[in-house]
Amino acid sequence: MNLSNQQTTEDVAAGIRKRVFLHTMRNNGGYLSQACSAAESLAFLYNEALTLGEPTLPKVPLPFGGVPSATNPDAFTGAGYHGPFAPEFDRLIISPAHYALVIYSALIQVGRMDEHALDHFNVDGGSVEMIGAEHSPGMEVTTGSLAQGLSMAAGIAWARKRKGEPGKVWVYMSDGEFQEGQTWECLAAMAYHGIDNVRVIVDVNRQQCDGAMSSVLDLGDLAARVASFGVTCRSIDGHDLGAMRAAADSAEPGKPLIILANTSPYQGMEFLKKRFPRLHYVRFKSADERREMQTAIAAELGVDEAEIARA
Amino acid sequence: MVEIVNRPYAKAFETFATARPDILCLSADLTSSCEVDGFRDRHPDQFLSLGMAEQNMLSFAGGLAMQGFRPFLHTFSVFLYRRPYDQLINSIAYSNRKVRLMGFLPGITTPGGITHQAIEDISVMRAIPNMTILECGDATEVETVLEVADSIDGPVYVRVLRGEVPRLFSTPFEFNKLRTLSEGDDVLVVTSGVCTEEALRAAEPLKARGIGVHHLHVSTLKPFDREGLIKAARGKKGIVTLENHTINGGLGSLVAEILAEEGLGIKLRRLGLQDTFAHGASKPYLMKKYGLDASALVSAIGQLLGKDLDIGDAELEAVRIDTVHSAQKAEAL
Repeated sequence: MNLSNQQTTEDVAAGIRKRVFLHTMRNNGGYLSQACSAAESLAFLYNEALTLGEPTLPKVPLPFGGVPSATNPDAFTGAGYHGPFAPEFDRLIISPAHYALVIYSALIQVGRMDEHALDHFNVDGGSVEMIGAEHSPGMEVTTGSLAQGLSMAAGIAWARKRKGEPGKVWVYMSDGEFQEGQTWECLAAMAYHGIDNVRVIVDVNRQQCDGAMSSVLDLGDLAARVASFGVTCRSIDGHDLGAMRAAADSAEPGKPLIILANTSPYQGMEFLKKRFPRLHYVRFKSADERREMQTAIAAELGVDEAEIARA
Repeated sequence: MVEIVNRPYAKAFETFATARPDILCLSADLTSSCEVDGFRDRHPDQFLSLGMAEQNMLSFAGGLAMQGFRPFLHTFSVFLYRRPYDQLINSIAYSNRKVRLMGFLPGITTPGGITHQAIEDISVMRAIPNMTILECGDATEVETVLEVADSIDGPVYVRVLRGEVPRLFSTPFEFNKLRTLSEGDDVLVVTSGVCTEEALRAAEPLKARGIGVHHLHVSTLKPFDREGLIKAARGKKGIVTLENHTINGGLGSLVAEILAEEGLGIKLRRLGLQDTFAHGASKPYLMKKYGLDASALVSAIGQLLGKDLDIGDAELEAVRIDTVHSAQKAEAL
């Protein structure tokens, strides 16, 4: 794959989808739909929005360094792939940890991680875990139990603001996390304390583990609900990069910025529509089903099927 | 007579925090109940009100700690671990963040009933890797626990006493070291928190009947001064633990674990809430009702020794700490 530094954000998004697709086919399942919905948002973050330094961790992911403790000097976080902590640099907190495969693919696509880093995915003893934790590439906090990332980011942001650091704290979230009460507690706290160095992009794909959110616990007019908490809320087409740029530039003083990126769970892989609403984790019931999907999606993405076999 | 100190935490926290700009005081709508209202009014820059939203407060505190602040969270003990347990694990404990959970009204020291009484907090916290658990037994420990908590590399849970607190000890809180309050050859009594004052009530009557009591006060529950306990336990005819907590998973359990692992084979009586919830009532009433008081301790010692000690309530009323001595004079009471 071409990993030029001059990639367009559209190219990065296409690369993320392709990498997640290849990995899913090669490994007989994966979080494929999340790549469809998240590709533009993550491509925008890594290719345009984030101000990051060069990675501080090796391009080939390290083995798991052990759990953090007062006596384990070897524990590390995956934030090293976002570069060093410095006042001028941004931070990115990944809240839906099950987007890990998509995050890893994005890091590879923008050259922050090795081309073959996904060979370490879900391998025992590694750090490139299936549900990422704070040691996994791109992760800084442990968010597999959803809706805690925003609150931690708010604490980081309050502290950075207090210290006069210009860097922003970006958060990537999923809309399912708005079913948790903690998210609303945090919106209230950020509005009350005027934490305006937070930038949130929410993947509003209206999907969750059980299926469509409308069949599980619909959140109604999410934009109105979020805005009513006194934060700045922009609701956009999450695959429209122009709209995303405009939204990202529209922060207001004294308020955090929440961008609701309304997305399609099969954007770029229309074949997945056939599986709706069971999209959370894509697995195959039969060899025929696998073959059919492989051919159809490879055609949509312009992937040579022979590339899949080269695992 | 014992000195009673009024609101020792309020003054201690203000002195402690104002000297350390990286300390933040977080509160969840129980600011005056946790004696930090004066601090809030005089030092608003070091105070963060996060409202009645503990899940967010714990995760938010994790974020503050990631940036080098050392947040001290103030609310009732019960609200620090029951509702926000998942946040405690994933936003604080797993990452070994320097967040200090200052828990007020532990156990049955509140008349608030089941919703307000943290009776299984130590049990829950003991099960969490990276967690340190401290418990104050008197005003001196309340005054000196802050520096100890702040010195720990990782999360700390503290059971704090508020309001009018007796001063039992003259030496500061010492991390992970049992306090020897008396030495004797017959029984070992191990107590913590408000139960230590209760046990001291029984000291004179027991001495008068010739019972040799070795009394240890525990202020660090995790980690635990294992060697100190083993040394004191050897050769005793029985051991009694007395705690303001359920007997499952707290002080009684940890003493039992150590005795079993060491193969000491000494009979143990665990006093505390006997696997029951309590209800809303005064502290003296609840301590009597649930057997957390001096009288319960005396009967347990009598049972262990097979003696009827015949000690009535009248004899147990006063805190006769002025006559308690230890060979180490550690407490200089």
